[in-house]
Amino acid sequence: MHRSAMTYCLGIESTADDFSVGIVTFEGEALANVTSTYMSESGGIHPREAAQHHTRVVGKVLREALRKAHIEPKDVEIVAFSQGPGMGPCLRTGATAARALASYLDVPLMGVNHLVAHIEIGRLATGAEDPVTLFVSGGNTIVAAFDVGRYRIFGETLDIAIGNCIDVFAREAGLRPEEGLPVAAMVEELASRGVVFVPLPYTVKGMDLSFSGLLTAATELLRKTKYRLEDLCHSLQEGIFSMLTEVTERALAHTEKKEVLLTGGVAANKRLQTMLEIIAKEHEARFCVVPKQFAMDNGTMIAWMGILAYQHGLKVPIEKSFVRLKWRLDEVDVPWMKR
Amino acid sequence: MLLKKGAEASLFLEQWHGRKVVMKKRLPKKYRLPQLDESIRSYRTVHEPQLMHQSKEAGVPSPTIFLVDVEEANIVMEFIEGDQVKQILHTLTTEGRRKLCSYIGMLIGNLHKHGIIHGDLTTSNMILTPHGKIVFVDFGLGEFSTELEARGVDLHLMKRAFQSTHYKYAKEGFEAVMEGYSDVTGKKLAEDLLKKIREIEERGRYVSREEG
Repeated sequence: MHRSAMTYCLGIESTADDFSVGIVTFEGEALANVTSTYMSESGGIHPREAAQHHTRVVGKVLREALRKAHIEPKDVEIVAFSQGPGMGPCLRTGATAARALASYLDVPLMGVNHLVAHIEIGRLATGAEDPVTLFVSGGNTIVAAFDVGRYRIFGETLDIAIGNCIDVFAREAGLRPEEGLPVAAMVEELASRGVVFVPLPYTVKGMDLSFSGLLTAATELLRKTKYRLEDLCHSLQEGIFSMLTEVTERALAHTEKKEVLLTGGVAANKRLQTMLEIIAKEHEARFCVVPKQFAMDNGTMIAWMGILAYQHGLKVPIEKSFVRLKWRLDEVDVPWMKR
Repeated sequence: MLLKKGAEASLFLEQWHGRKVVMKKRLPKKYRLPQLDESIRSYRTVHEPQLMHQSKEAGVPSPTIFLVDVEEANIVMEFIEGDQVKQILHTLTTEGRRKLCSYIGMLIGNLHKHGIIHGDLTTSNMILTPHGKIVFVDFGLGEFSTELEARGVDLHLMKRAFQSTHYKYAKEGFEAVMEGYSDVTGKKLAEDLLKKIREIEERGRYVSREEG
């Protein structure tokens, strides 16, 4: 046993509906990840209610993560937390827990960017070195690539996020999330049985995207027509994923990178994976997709980011560890990326 | 000869009745459903020449169209000699860059005044000819609109092109664009648009339906 020679970082993620704690070693080994997800009656996320949920489960999730990693609290040498972007009340809950823990243990506190964390865990898990990243989740839709010190944003949504678009449509269709089965997975399953393609608005502006018009049109079709739900799910997926693939291909053609990385909660969708794999192949790029357990929001990616940030001297004093609700991806220096 | 393999279309340099032309081919995309693929390709093939024609009426140079083949989704157009603004912007002096960006802003202002939204304003879609003219190309994602939202998004794309490709002088570059724009469209509209751009930037980022 060489445990004593290793260094552990504990990461707390709480940007939206998930409260998650991950424990990672400096070598990048993920020892434990425990997540508790806030579920509401309506299916949407109410920031304050989500934050109350997080407050209730902090102790339980922390204990469970430490137990799974087979370490004691005193073994934790760095505490990292999602400093933003995200929903204020949720972020503050995670930040408060992280500050308390770090000052109690008297260890460095690292406030990290949630978006960079999604890219970094994708790179760690897939071995991608310098990819064009498509990051798709409930709250984000971003096409980014590294250039001179930072991840630059090439394209993003102009209104709602892709995951939000799918969730709202699903809710309108009467689908409700079940434990371990998000509505997006239900939409994917229904779509796989779709036959008829119903045209919906297709809005690509340069490398940016818009989903709100499409969502409205799809919802109208749901209410006013007799199309099968399978066919509407199929049409919705085909439309939004084609848009995502088109802008990713544009970023790939523009940057001439040799890897495509798909990350974030929506990355689990098989149809989206297939589409991106096709364009990657056409541009002779390697297609990488983040493993399922790191696709959704998770504490592991925050812990890993905490290690990267610590190794590059990006410490955050507690008095400067306030949360940043609208922290941009391209505001963060990433000195561990070479060139 | 393949000039450029883009995401949306491939450009070929060809001889056509004794002229040097660009053949823009919108080849089928294997990742899209055939039905969706055909409708996107034919829509863009029809609309792009219309927008290019209107842009000339607005006083903004664009390549001359020679042939439109909707069935094959091909457009044959004039080949423009010159350099992409993207390639030469960093070779200019600060003052030269400001002048060029301001001139580009004037051209964008003219497009908008005539109800044309370019849809993909990047410095690779602007060609500086040896005569010092700027020719706008690639109207494939454009539309006709006079709405503040559409104009705001168009300028937002321009700003983002500066931030991702010319980050060293993104601020001064875009400010010069807006200066030229304002000269053509008036201060009021330019200011409203700057507000609109900020609004667009705010909502594209982590915004939940409850917050937003």
